[in-house]
Amino acid sequence: MPLIEIDNLHVTFGKGRDAVRAVRGVSVSVAACESFGLVGESGSGKSTILRAICGLAPVTGGNIRINGVPMPKRRTKAFSKRIQMVFQDPYAALHPKRSVDATLAEPLAIHGIAGRDERVVRAMHDVGLDPRFRFRYPHQLSGGQRQRVVIARALMLEPEILLLDEPTSALDASVQAEVLNLLARLRVERSLTYLMVSHDLAVIDHMCDRLAVMQNGQVVEQLDRAALANDGAVEPYTRALFRASEHDTMGRVFPE
Amino acid sequence: MSLLEVETLRVAFDTEAGPVEAVRGISFAVDRERVAIVGESGSGKSVTGRSILRLVRPPGRVAADRMHFDGQDLLALSERRMRAIRGQRIAMVMQDPKFALNPVMTIGDQMTEGLRYRDGMSRRKARSIAIEMLAAVQIRDGERVMRAYPHEMSGGMGQRVMIAMMLIPDPDLLIADEPTSALDVTVQAEILAILDDLVKQRGMGLIFISHDLRLVSRFCDRVLVMYRGKIVERLDANHLERAQHPYTRGLLNCLPSIGGDRGALPVLNRDAAWAE
Repeated sequence: MPLIEIDNLHVTFGKGRDAVRAVRGVSVSVAACESFGLVGESGSGKSTILRAICGLAPVTGGNIRINGVPMPKRRTKAFSKRIQMVFQDPYAALHPKRSVDATLAEPLAIHGIAGRDERVVRAMHDVGLDPRFRFRYPHQLSGGQRQRVVIARALMLEPEILLLDEPTSALDASVQAEVLNLLARLRVERSLTYLMVSHDLAVIDHMCDRLAVMQNGQVVEQLDRAALANDGAVEPYTRALFRASEHDTMGRVFPE
Repeated sequence: MSLLEVETLRVAFDTEAGPVEAVRGISFAVDRERVAIVGESGSGKSVTGRSILRLVRPPGRVAADRMHFDGQDLLALSERRMRAIRGQRIAMVMQDPKFALNPVMTIGDQMTEGLRYRDGMSRRKARSIAIEMLAAVQIRDGERVMRAYPHEMSGGMGQRVMIAMMLIPDPDLLIADEPTSALDVTVQAEILAILDDLVKQRGMGLIFISHDLRLVSRFCDRVLVMYRGKIVERLDANHLERAQHPYTRGLLNCLPSIGGDRGALPVLNRDAAWAE
């Protein structure tokens, strides 16, 4: 049984004449420990799907099941213990007046988990943050360091599933490489399941086993890595996306 | 003599922690060709573009041994003479049309404003020129777009409008500061093709500022790589593989590629000596 099942999901914002149908009948399933990617352009509905899973978007039809259990109307503490989200912009996702320590300790306080000190220190170590940063504020950190804090916060409750919404698109290329390496390592170490959204086909290909290509709120094609690499995409839109990313296919210019 | 010559350009800003040199003595020349300035955030690439047009305002300080455009000394020009160059002879396309266009004016009013008030052109004549320019950037329903407000357009459409607007005075040099970074990849390719065509047809010079080394290698003639306010490497765009500097090589290698081996991506180990 797949861990995440999304079945004919519809999300509509607004009503009547102004209604925007952001997601229109999307079905996707992700197995445990799999890494699944959603690619598409802005406005294609990919981030809305992640938000719908978290209960942050108005679901107007369809089902979301985790381990076969439909989502409760209001997301419970048990839900957040299993599923956490990493947002795109590390500048916006951290409270500017909370230190790294306060940010990382908050989920522990909410869930009444003991051992704050040692857990915070370990979480920082796991994402490669120097312990010196523990009492710093977000504005004293670089973009890459902030994204590490956001990832550490998502991992505080030891979830099974991470929803990653463009986790590196606000970062410089060299910092992106560091964060992608971190995410890849954490997935192996903790047997995590990833559902990752990106507009960058090369990033999705690097991180995910299978992917769905979205356009106008619908999935136009689902394929796996091998198919993508062997030019196996069939839909014209996927092919256009692939062509536009073609300069990313030339591989490393220099041998290691 | 080149169209634009810059020698030992320095730009400094005063911050609470003391003065910060954003650009530290760079020299380059641009002819009627496509030159890319590439670097990561904070490398000084945008400030370089802005200082050519004297758009760095105090407390920022710009100094150079020499900054000549088409024989004129950009450092010595009066503000009045500078205004005649800015937009007319050197134009700039900004990164995000959402912020660079006036949200409360229609596209038509924004595009014709200069023609009507600066050149004293009639409304009709100005409109027809604007529509012609929109056609040059592949906007076919120009009449409708002229009536629209910026928020009614997609990012790609907005960026085309910006490019069209900049081309109206037929500038000799176009500075494009990350003109496609706010756009989706498929739209990005279209905008680049349009820019490329225009630059070739009109024989303009182009300074293309970007963080994306692979993108500019497909699109430009020469590449200047900036790191912490200095040009660390100059390359032929066709021969990126000849890059010697570890920073350039690191930038090229750290990107994932489709069908790659999925091993850990090589990360940049920044050497303090690069900034020397």
